[in-house]
Amino acid sequence: MIEVEYLTFGYGHGAPVFQDFEWNAVRGEAWTVLGPSGCGKSTLLNILAGLVQPTSGTVRVDGQNLARPRPQTGLIIQDYGLLPWATVRENARLGLRVRNYYGPDGVHAPQDYTRTVDVEPWLERLGLLPFAAQFTGQLSGGQRQRTAIARTLALQPDLLLMDEPFSSLDAPTRESLQRLVLELWRETGLTLVTVTHAIEEAAILGQRILLLNLPPNIRPLVIENPNILQPGYRESDEYVTLCRSLRSLMEAA
Amino acid sequence: MKRRNLLLATLALLVIWQLAAMLVNQPILPTPIQVGAAFIKELGKGLAGHFLASLWRVIASTLLSILLAAPAGLALGQSKRANDFFAPLIYILYPIPKVVFVPIVLLFLGIGDFPKIVIIFLILFFQILVLVRDQAASLRPELIRSVRSLGAGRMALFRFVYLPASIPGILTALRQSVGTAVAVLYIAELFATQKGLGYYIYLNGNTLFNYPAMYAGVVAMSLLGLGLYFAVDWLERKLCPWLFVS
Repeated sequence: MIEVEYLTFGYGHGAPVFQDFEWNAVRGEAWTVLGPSGCGKSTLLNILAGLVQPTSGTVRVDGQNLARPRPQTGLIIQDYGLLPWATVRENARLGLRVRNYYGPDGVHAPQDYTRTVDVEPWLERLGLLPFAAQFTGQLSGGQRQRTAIARTLALQPDLLLMDEPFSSLDAPTRESLQRLVLELWRETGLTLVTVTHAIEEAAILGQRILLLNLPPNIRPLVIENPNILQPGYRESDEYVTLCRSLRSLMEAA
Repeated sequence: MKRRNLLLATLALLVIWQLAAMLVNQPILPTPIQVGAAFIKELGKGLAGHFLASLWRVIASTLLSILLAAPAGLALGQSKRANDFFAPLIYILYPIPKVVFVPIVLLFLGIGDFPKIVIIFLILFFQILVLVRDQAASLRPELIRSVRSLGAGRMALFRFVYLPASIPGILTALRQSVGTAVAVLYIAELFATQKGLGYYIYLNGNTLFNYPAMYAGVVAMSLLGLGLYFAVDWLERKLCPWLFVS
């Protein structure tokens, strides 16, 4: 699904964040990208989203070189990115409206796209129907992030990128949204890449964990975590052990 | 604001006016009742026409300034480079009291509606330009980034983000400057015209010495300013309902 080859990227004249970096993700996998701030994890996500172009190297998503944001890729960010002047329902429709605006041109919307503004199933699935007519300023952080998720999933992406999606939420809300995302991942079969600085979140949402360190990142360090869907994984010894080893790996670097 | 409170405030003002008129007890300050009677009488004798002439000038210049200033403000707010280029110019022109341009505009544009519309336009244009520019520039980059990730290019960003984001700026600008606009309209209508409330007030006060009619003109001009202010309020509630939810 994602093929990163010889990726080099740097800001200004400093050391590059990535240098000849290689990384692949298979369709349907759930990845987390973990690392301290400044390690380049958000940069990697922006590159995967097509919002930032690498200095050199190629990034292919679904076999195609990325030159601009791809209509089948969804992006969820920490501060939701919702329109304050629109209701929950209108916010959830925004992506569809953008597609309707351009039509199925293959650039802004997939070529096989059929016009619609129907988001009701997603509002219902995410428990947003009772708030659908409210403005985003009236919502809690968790409800706002649910709205952003509904907006993105309404576009039926095959790749979902999340940039510190739950960092500003309280612990119970964060845990319930992590469970929700895993359920949605299993239901839809999409490829999931979550960027996080939180070790616990990386271990909960990542079947495979890509550990980044201070730049330059040359060789990817991948940690396998196959049992995230097992019931009670959050309380299991395996999870605790993984968190401990992730912590020592981060500290060692 | 509660309607009952507005009504009470109006009543209080009328009572103060009445008391002041009784105290002064001279023709230069008629009572509200005399002015009310003159207002109704004068409406049929041309006051309504003067009112409409002034109203038309304000409405036309308001629409003109929104049409020109809002897109310019959006463009400057979106493009840092364009703003860096024009900001010094706006910085110098913005604080100049536009009323001093009245004689110049009249010299160049002569008589008729157009110079009056231009003068009000000058006031509203800069106010709207600056507020819409700042509002567009203050949109968080994260918001733009996430809307771009939904497939939005420049056109869709403009349609779905920048355009709706500019509406509160336009209304705030109107709210702030509609009073000044009416005041400057009064000045502008003292010159080179025989239509408009400014002319009407001056004619009755300084030539005909018909003080109740002059006050009726003052009331009409106040109603014009007040009406425009209420209209902006109403539009804000209609167009920006999210600003009024708790």
